[in-house]
Amino acid sequence: MNSAHDLGGQMGFGPVVPEKDEPIFHADWEKKVLAINVAAGAMGAWTIDGIRHARESLPPAQYLSSSYYQIWLAALDKMLVQQGFLSKEELASGVAGSTRREPKRVLKGEEVEAVLRRGFPYEREAPAPARFKVGDKVRTIVMHPQHHTRLPRYARGKQGVIERVTGCHVFPDTGAHGAPETAQWLYTVVFSGPELWGRDADPTSTVSIEAWESYLEPA
Amino acid sequence: MSGHDHHHHHDHEHDNHFTPIEARVKALESLMVEKGYVDPSALDAIIDTYETRIGPRNGARVVAKAWSDPAYAARLKADGTAAVAELGYGGRGGEHIVACFNTPEEHNLIVCTLCSCYPWPVLGLPPVWYKSPPYRAKAVIDPRGTLADFGVKLPEGQRIRVWDSTAETRFIVIPMRPAGTEGWSEDELASIVSRDSMIGVGLPSPEDRP
Repeated sequence: MNSAHDLGGQMGFGPVVPEKDEPIFHADWEKKVLAINVAAGAMGAWTIDGIRHARESLPPAQYLSSSYYQIWLAALDKMLVQQGFLSKEELASGVAGSTRREPKRVLKGEEVEAVLRRGFPYEREAPAPARFKVGDKVRTIVMHPQHHTRLPRYARGKQGVIERVTGCHVFPDTGAHGAPETAQWLYTVVFSGPELWGRDADPTSTVSIEAWESYLEPA
Repeated sequence: MSGHDHHHHHDHEHDNHFTPIEARVKALESLMVEKGYVDPSALDAIIDTYETRIGPRNGARVVAKAWSDPAYAARLKADGTAAVAELGYGGRGGEHIVACFNTPEEHNLIVCTLCSCYPWPVLGLPPVWYKSPPYRAKAVIDPRGTLADFGVKLPEGQRIRVWDSTAETRFIVIPMRPAGTEGWSEDELASIVSRDSMIGVGLPSPEDRP
């Protein structure tokens, strides 16, 4: 969806302001949001793209005026209610009622190290050979879906070159919305600065995205 | 007005000593624990992992080894995931790792314009600026201006390549080994490899050795 999260090329935010000697967390509640987010994800009720969609579908004004952990918290609250684990009333009061859904699994403390170390690999067996090879010229499709996608607006309808065939990876656009998992070939596609940004662009810059096969057509 | 403000503040102190967001997170945590959805010891273990065990020192070890061992550098270039696993790193937020080697011809810069994708196993959790709109908006359209915000100016003629992390592939920049580090041990080399240099917004210098 074309929402506030799709930031590439937008203007008016001012310079990047790094914080000197930035701490890992700025408050204890941020630690808890990180940890609950990881542990709640392990319940197996949504995919990484499902929770991304919950974040990017927050109202744009809220998204842009929130810190990233605030965004995570708002999305997590929304997802837990949508998925039937908690009710809005419970979240508002902090008092547990009868809302309940059985999680597929609960991450135990002693499992954390191994689970984080293993991660959740996204490569899958390929259902068909890759359509494109390194060096192929491609054009990204133009689309403006209401749903989740990982094709940023600035890179739609642009011509680029396949630099790398990454593998066959879980497709985010449908998986975000609860559809059964599918996988597609994933490519690194490189675009010139002027192709993306026009005549005033830096001709010595290039930008790459990771693009699933259905985002691409031969050029 | 100040009397009113004081009174207002005083009332709230009696009700609750948490800020609104602290109270929200407390409520969420206690509900999740009470309903058995999360194990409190798992929350502690996750926090401990990212506070004390996973951070940019991991990535610095990868870079230092690549600088010291050409065969390792070749393996890192060919398969980043396998090469960082040789040093014991990998997993959540970095299941598929690609190492982007800076060269005299081309400098690399990493961003996630759509969210906050970042190579957790080698760099830890991202800094606030990496996740915030100014960087995510500017890096792809004005990479040299973005570097200027960090006080970095590339040599004349060096191209710049921006990697937008739109999939589960995660990128780490391998900076060029600076002159003046000949004969250094891997530990000494790792000590000058900053987080920023592995994102592409910094450059290592021998003067940074502690």
